[in-house]
Amino acid sequence: MDLYQELILEHSKRPQHSGLREPFDAEVHHINPTCGDEVTLRVDVTGTGPDAVVTDISYAAQGCSISVASTSVLAEEVIGHPVAEALETFEAMRAMLTSKGQVAGDEALIGDGVAFAGVSKYPARVKCALLGWTAFTDALARAGVDISSTSSPSPQGVPS
Amino acid sequence: MADVRPLTEGELAAIRGEFPILARTVRDGRPLVYLDSGATSHKPTAVLDAERAFYEQHNAAVHRGAHQLAEEATDDFEAARATVAGFIGAPADEVVFTKNATEALNLVAYAFSNAAPTDEPKDERFVLGPGDEILVTEMEHHANLVPWQELARRTGATLRWVPVGAEGALDLTGIDELLTERTRVFAFTHVSNVLGTVNPVTELAARAHAVGALVVVDACQSVPHLPVDVATLGADFIAFSGHKLYGPMGVGVLWGRAELLEVMPPFLTGGSMIELVTMERSTYAPAPQKFEAGVPNAAQAVGLAAAVRWIEAIGIDRIHAHEASLVDQLQRSLAERPWVRVVGPAAGTPRGGAVAFVVEGVHAHDVGQVLDDAGVAVRVGHHCAWPLHRALGAAATTRASFAVHNTSADVEALLAALDRVPVIFGVDTEREAS
Repeated sequence: MDLYQELILEHSKRPQHSGLREPFDAEVHHINPTCGDEVTLRVDVTGTGPDAVVTDISYAAQGCSISVASTSVLAEEVIGHPVAEALETFEAMRAMLTSKGQVAGDEALIGDGVAFAGVSKYPARVKCALLGWTAFTDALARAGVDISSTSSPSPQGVPS
Repeated sequence: MADVRPLTEGELAAIRGEFPILARTVRDGRPLVYLDSGATSHKPTAVLDAERAFYEQHNAAVHRGAHQLAEEATDDFEAARATVAGFIGAPADEVVFTKNATEALNLVAYAFSNAAPTDEPKDERFVLGPGDEILVTEMEHHANLVPWQELARRTGATLRWVPVGAEGALDLTGIDELLTERTRVFAFTHVSNVLGTVNPVTELAARAHAVGALVVVDACQSVPHLPVDVATLGADFIAFSGHKLYGPMGVGVLWGRAELLEVMPPFLTGGSMIELVTMERSTYAPAPQKFEAGVPNAAQAVGLAAAVRWIEAIGIDRIHAHEASLVDQLQRSLAERPWVRVVGPAAGTPRGGAVAFVVEGVHAHDVGQVLDDAGVAVRVGHHCAWPLHRALGAAATTRASFAVHNTSADVEALLAALDRVPVIFGVDTEREAS
């Protein structure tokens, strides 16, 4: 089966940037009620407006390999990047995951995220792969960052 | 039930032939191995035909109109009630058709609620308030937990629960402190949808009745798998779904003792359930009509009755014995795999038709995905029993649940697919699951 790419298994076994750290501007707790997956995620943002940068994402994730690995990739791809770029990465990741196998994903934009292309063929797992990412955009919003450029800023907007 | 005649291979093949869906393939042409009947069962042709025949030949709004179709539809609907009632050893007028088991349980919970605010004479057994207690258990499906939480919230009563102990049995050591004269309702499941535990309903009901509590039993996982006779069970109410009983979706059953149904306030109100209506107020029809507001799900009830006749033609005791042998085969095979931890009663202890397990270090979603890739359909997650999973120390489990059409080969297919899990996820198969 092409779902469990080696990259996904590696990230799920050794989640990058895992653990809850300080300082942080906002902390959120997101759950996937259908399976009980949970993530507590903190975001630390430096600067404001177009200069805002995601200084840190720290998290405690408990869930399936897809949700843990996806959160790990999120941290890897987004920490140290401008918020605007992080939101573009989120958009690209979301577009791929909700494409039902039609969008392969751009490695230049989402890095290891391309390993999740196969997830989009399994509608029940898309929510798992998006759990950390929607938590991230929610945390940004709670940190006072304008995330209105994203088409799906809240977990309610995520197809399940 | 040692003297029950096992299903022969010929009978089993014929039974399988009656489920059209078993002929289809999934995931790149693999035969479907359906081990998720605990979530919903498939429907034999007899059920599909009965539902279709109702629509093709008798379709009308029942209990309304005087034309011939209305008479026939009403007769079909009431005959369905009698058939379903007979299956559980009840008189027909003690069976209420609902949308599903969840609605049936809510119907009872709301009877308590609706007894509270009115100024009319009412039966004290349904009046709850601060100081009263509602007792549930830690192994309940959310359907038999959340309605009671809400009832407690609305009335000021206190919700308490019996914990789950070793091997997935209820821990009854503190039952005398939990079940007291303050307890007004004891709601618990007959068979756990996760653990497979068969609770001692008769004993628990006797204890509850001794302190004057009403007994509500979730029978969703028992009625499709075990002989259930309400005359001897001891409960005051039982709820079960049609769609887990080889019947259509959209029909459930509440059984209640006639004298209780008679004094219970209605849940949903409107057409059909009335006796007399003026602009100011209404009086209500006798049970069961009092609890069936609106045009009822007659086609589904007719389908459910066909399912019950289909089960009776095989014999529920033979179905139980067949499923028990598959449960036993699976449990013993899983016991040979130290990296798998089965939750619930040990092999050899009576069980319902479900076996749930944890693969050490691998989330149930991932286990289920690997099984699905082999065409094996199981349920993964918390199975609508989140508090139970917390008590088990497992975020999620993988559950295989059986129906009469399952075979030993289905168990083998599950095991073969399961053995791929440690390979894919790098699990040490020598290490014992904690």
